[in-house]
Amino acid sequence: MEKLIIISNLIIPIIVFSTVLFGASKGISIYETFIDGAKKGISTVFDIAPTLIALMTSVYVLRVSGLLDIIANCFKPITEFTGFPSELIPLCLMRLVSSSAATGLLTDIFGTYGPDSFMGRLASVMMSCTETVFYTMSLYFLHVNIRKTRYTLAGALISNLFGIIAAFYATKLLF
Amino acid sequence: MLNFIWGSFIICGIVFSVINGKSHLITDALLNGGKDAVSLCITMVGVISIWTGIMEIAEKSGMIKGISKKLGGILTYLFPKIPQNSVAREYIAANFTANFFGLGWAATPAGLLAMEELSKMNKKSDVASDEMCMFMIVNTSSLQLVTMNIVAYRSQYMSQNPSEIIFAGIIATVVSTMAGVIFAKIMGGKNKSWKN
Repeated sequence: MEKLIIISNLIIPIIVFSTVLFGASKGISIYETFIDGAKKGISTVFDIAPTLIALMTSVYVLRVSGLLDIIANCFKPITEFTGFPSELIPLCLMRLVSSSAATGLLTDIFGTYGPDSFMGRLASVMMSCTETVFYTMSLYFLHVNIRKTRYTLAGALISNLFGIIAAFYATKLLF
Repeated sequence: MLNFIWGSFIICGIVFSVINGKSHLITDALLNGGKDAVSLCITMVGVISIWTGIMEIAEKSGMIKGISKKLGGILTYLFPKIPQNSVAREYIAANFTANFFGLGWAATPAGLLAMEELSKMNKKSDVASDEMCMFMIVNTSSLQLVTMNIVAYRSQYMSQNPSEIIFAGIIATVVSTMAGVIFAKIMGGKNKSWKN
């Protein structure tokens, strides 16, 4: 399993290395291009900052109220049967709705258990393999005036469920 | 939708805090939410701009285009009914490739153009075609291979090794996408035999 962690750590360096090398071999001005891209990154983060502030605040308020624990407890029969930590159920549900709100719960988990705990790693992997289903669907379907989405929602939820199951076993096996 | 979500989080959160006797924690939660969001953004500015800088090189050098051209076989498998010379294939390929690298701002415009093309093929009907369902299921199954933002959050919270989760993330992403594709194929096939 050690080897797979090494692969994880090599992916970003390999992408950076091959991109810079490829760019240089094509004769584009890599430095200026990097600067242009970095500007885009800064404005992207600035654009999402207000959303992140709004949703993280609301999620923190929801968090202290204890309401999320009640929701998590409702799933106890399933989580106890499968061994999946019930503390992560709110994150699974929130992820379907809003990425920023899910980030609020993710940082809460990192703060409570640490990012390198089983809980922190599983939450990280889960966030990597799931998507904001409702937002994405409404954005794309509204754009072309689709009213009947047929089996799309079912398919999206099934794929996200499989993602969570895979994240659970991958985290258990790899770490 | 977010109007409802945000509003109900704040209102339910405050009401339940008072009921649970935790009202003294509300102000702290409100302030910390904003504070944590901003410090997260500061870390993200650093990490994300390095990534977008590198990705700009990948785009300008034609690397991204090269990768999306290699998706031909996969596209034919996923969307057998879309003609080989259709621009929809190009848009879908651009959307998928941008998603692989977590380039949301590049993925969304290409994805919307793809939907427009699929809508033309669907005679502008308000019922989603099998191609649209497949495209949306793949899109919502998460395609991102390198989740730079998660790496950024982990480093903000002092992880010893922020990128250690990438490989596990890729495995889970592949599983979720495959599950979605299999489901969409079964449902699409069902519909065809029903029509015949």
